[in-house]
Amino acid sequence: MAKQYETVIGLEVHVELATKTKIFCGCSTAFGAAPNTHTCPVCTGMPGSLPVLNKQVVEYAMAIGLATNCKITRVCKFDRKNYFYPDNPQNYQISQLYLPIARDGFVEIETGNTKKIVRIHEMHMEEDAGKLVHDDWDDTSLVDYNRSGVPLVEIVSEPDMRSAEEVIAYLEKLRQIIQYLGASDCKLQEGSMRADVNLSVREVGSDTFGTRTEMKNLNSFKAIARAIEGERERQIELLEAKKAVVQETRRWDDNKEHSYAMRSKEDAQDYRYFPEPDLVPVVISDEWIEKIRSRQPELRTEKLERYKKEFDIPQYDAEIITESKSMADLFEATTAICGKPKKVSNWLMVETMRLMKEHGMEPEDLAFSPENLAKLIQLAEAGTINSSVAKEVFEKIFAEDVDPEKYVEEHGLKTVNDEGALKAAVEKVIADNPQAVSDFKGGKEKALGALVGQTMKAMKGKADPGRVNQMLRAMLE
Amino acid sequence: MANKISDETMEYVGILAKLELSAQEQEAAKSDMEKMLDYIDTLNELDTSGVEPMSHVFPVHNVFREDVVTNGDNKERTLANAPLRKDDSFEVPKTIG
Repeated sequence: MAKQYETVIGLEVHVELATKTKIFCGCSTAFGAAPNTHTCPVCTGMPGSLPVLNKQVVEYAMAIGLATNCKITRVCKFDRKNYFYPDNPQNYQISQLYLPIARDGFVEIETGNTKKIVRIHEMHMEEDAGKLVHDDWDDTSLVDYNRSGVPLVEIVSEPDMRSAEEVIAYLEKLRQIIQYLGASDCKLQEGSMRADVNLSVREVGSDTFGTRTEMKNLNSFKAIARAIEGERERQIELLEAKKAVVQETRRWDDNKEHSYAMRSKEDAQDYRYFPEPDLVPVVISDEWIEKIRSRQPELRTEKLERYKKEFDIPQYDAEIITESKSMADLFEATTAICGKPKKVSNWLMVETMRLMKEHGMEPEDLAFSPENLAKLIQLAEAGTINSSVAKEVFEKIFAEDVDPEKYVEEHGLKTVNDEGALKAAVEKVIADNPQAVSDFKGGKEKALGALVGQTMKAMKGKADPGRVNQMLRAMLE
Repeated sequence: MANKISDETMEYVGILAKLELSAQEQEAAKSDMEKMLDYIDTLNELDTSGVEPMSHVFPVHNVFREDVVTNGDNKERTLANAPLRKDDSFEVPKTIG
């Protein structure tokens, strides 16, 4: 009988914090600036420069720690992690090894109908490195230090996950919590959330872990799922062939769906960690923790309950809308303007989600304004436009955030309420379709639908289908 | 108690530190490092159980900056330190990892 294997996965998740400035200097963290414009002697490691800790970094880290049920370390310190690489101008990264800001937390994840606890080993604050761009023609790399010194927290889980599905549920949970806190936008594509996957396999029933590898360069949930599947199979093949898994860092190439060995994994001692002498310890008092706790925004569970009570929307709607902070914000803002929560939730859950799926977008990518969705809802409610026109206009709002009032006006999309014109159209349709008319009179309800369709066509879609239906019925009966 | 460092360890330390040493330099560095380890052994003779490790010499804590941008575009001053510059970036030998 073939051996059964179990995959054991732990994650190291890096999250770029949403501060305005870097962790140790007053340089901007804005994404997408021209190379090396956001740099100074501190974040490029010039001799004699002195780092000073950004207080907001500590507060975001505390907020994330509290929201993930961690214990906050009362006296925490920074350490230097030494390595030589061109993205790191100081030749060391300021990080936390001995006394990280938070430890021993957990989050609850849900896959299918199963709930599970994933434990968090620790979370520490550190600085990001610069960015290397490789020139395929020259044998050179170009370095941009704008990202050097951007604050990160690294959240290290215990090896509690057993499948790609659990890994993704865990990442989505972390992302949701952190977005709700406003501590990061957590965009995988832009690298503001990055996950390294530590994976090993073992025979089912074994209570020791196999040798693990670490995979990097995973920038979408799909890539993570594929990389986990690929690495699991690679390791099982090695074990089946009686070969050893080498402890190493591997780089996932999502185009080739294959991972490559990067370097044998340095042991912690090879990084020659030592306490950072340029930064003083951070002492966190009870009062400070309470202050952060009292400022924690409403998280998902509370929001979900409030939506059901305050807006009287069903559990299902509330669950879907609160899944992402951006979606929830859009819902609340739109509802505040038009006062029709159920309508807003319908537009978000049906048309918005459909278009997002079609364009491969995340809720954070939504760019239309609550004002325009609210106006559209009001136009449809007032009967100014019918529902198929409303859908058409919504696509324009979704894509270009057009003002629906103007758009409807300019394109002549208003429902025609001219009874005379409508009556003339209905009479013509009855005259032109004797077969359908006699079918309907003979008891075929369906035939009425065809007549409504013909009338709508004659009215170029701008009639109210309910009124057309009513009028046809009255004339035929 | 003299510590001995093997040639393999010297080579490994060289790789980590990105240093290429001549045979002569390697011998000299080995002897220096052995002396350093001996000195650490001397320090280890002291009983430090119950003494909290000191990471900082000043009795100061919680020195913070507010999250306010104070630096402007510093590109030219930063790039003035680049041994090699290409456009607005530092140029280095091709490095992928």
